[in-house]
Amino acid sequence: MDPSTSSTVTLDINGEKHTLSVDHRTTLLDALRERLDLTGTKKGCDQGQCGACTVLVDGRRTVSCLQLAVAADEREITTVEGVARGGRLHPVQQAFLDLDGFQCGYCTPGQICSAVAVLEEHAAGWPSAVTDDVRPEAGPPPLTPEEIRERMSGNLCRCGAYPSIAEAVARAAAPARTEDEEAVA
Amino acid sequence: MREFAYRRADDVPGAVALLGGDPDARYLGGGTNLVDLMKTGVERPARLVDVRRLPLDRIEPTDDGGLRIGATATNSDLAAHPEVRRRYPALAQAVLAGASGQLRNMATVGGNLLQRTRCGYFTDVTAPCNKRAPGSGCPAVSGEHRNHAVLGASDHCVAVHPSDMGVALAAFDAVVSYETADGPGELPLDGLYLPVGDTPHRETALPAGALVTGVTLPPAPVAARSRYRKVRERASYAFAIGSVAAALDVSNGVVREARLAFGAVASRPWRARTAERVLTGAPAAEEYFAAAADAELAAARPLPDNGYKVTLMRNLVVAVLSELAEEAAR
Repeated sequence: MDPSTSSTVTLDINGEKHTLSVDHRTTLLDALRERLDLTGTKKGCDQGQCGACTVLVDGRRTVSCLQLAVAADEREITTVEGVARGGRLHPVQQAFLDLDGFQCGYCTPGQICSAVAVLEEHAAGWPSAVTDDVRPEAGPPPLTPEEIRERMSGNLCRCGAYPSIAEAVARAAAPARTEDEEAVA
Repeated sequence: MREFAYRRADDVPGAVALLGGDPDARYLGGGTNLVDLMKTGVERPARLVDVRRLPLDRIEPTDDGGLRIGATATNSDLAAHPEVRRRYPALAQAVLAGASGQLRNMATVGGNLLQRTRCGYFTDVTAPCNKRAPGSGCPAVSGEHRNHAVLGASDHCVAVHPSDMGVALAAFDAVVSYETADGPGELPLDGLYLPVGDTPHRETALPAGALVTGVTLPPAPVAARSRYRKVRERASYAFAIGSVAAALDVSNGVVREARLAFGAVASRPWRARTAERVLTGAPAAEEYFAAAADAELAAARPLPDNGYKVTLMRNLVVAVLSELAEEAAR
């Protein structure tokens, strides 16, 4: 085996490919912040417990502090810098602004990336730990405040802005529901 | 963190060959436990063999009505899978009760079974720990042990296995498949974890260098009515202080079949076979559920600060079985 302790990787970040040499010990979080100047993603606990470093890897929310950069080679990564589309904020970002879903803002990029994925997971019919009946026949659970809080529990907020964070996620989910209802009508 | 070499495996034989039985090398799955342990210095591998992208991520029904789960399937995919939710709802519930959405997206089934204890002495490299540094002692026995084992432990180690998934898998007779340089092998989940004894550093019966390739659940109609209940110190995103996976088949008020496994009480997911024997053929009533729990917990050896777990587990068993019996009567 090659005894080398570094490798060249290509990270596809927010639609742009970056090729860089990384020490194998480098986490995706440190590669983003220290090597690529994408400092929107925040380092909180650096041990997978706070969610501040949440990014999407191949569309799935992931804590980038426990993801080795070398193991993310050729993965599609979306950071908070990349969730807006065509100059328009993502509905989750807009809802956080409209409803003050933060206080100091340090956990916010992670909260937003996580919430973006929560809406997709819910739309895909995934149950959660507070879903009464997980059997597929029971249908997808409504996105109640309790469901939102459980699904967002991997993102801590030391300011305790949880009430408005939960409201913002609910608000962001609402337009999608309205469109569905309109489609039915 | 110690510097390490990294290779990504393309296929199963390649992964086993890359590891080469080297005790200084580790397979890397989702990394949610291993990378964390490498940061704290508990694990100091010289080489990682990345198995996360091996084609072992399928979850598929078997011809006989069971389920085959690939080792690199993520926790998220397992919990979301319609056949898991239909045939083994307690397994989906157990997975969803563990960690956070982010970690479940990263973590793999194989890695979940082989994750290490979260005992605070094990994860603190400045503390003695017989599991991490054999022969150095176990400070938990006379120290911080309110979350530690009450069943199957020894004076050498009282750590608990942290998996929720494993508890449901144990209840449903899961069989673990693995690959070695000498060919494939299988172990029942019950036999995967070694008794603690005086060798707590030897955790599994897997041969050196073995790669877990999957888990097979035999058909279990009883599992269609099953439930996982987890007790923890906050409402979400915390390890269990006690949990139960249970399934119950009741006919005319009598228990025809019962499955019961406990979490966070032992060094492995604890299949409660003594309780199952008491339950089988007994009336589906609270007093019998309590008697079954008591029979299992008669073997408990609590420490000064974790005796509450015996009461907790008894109450959990009664509550969950009562709910399942009530559902069956509807």
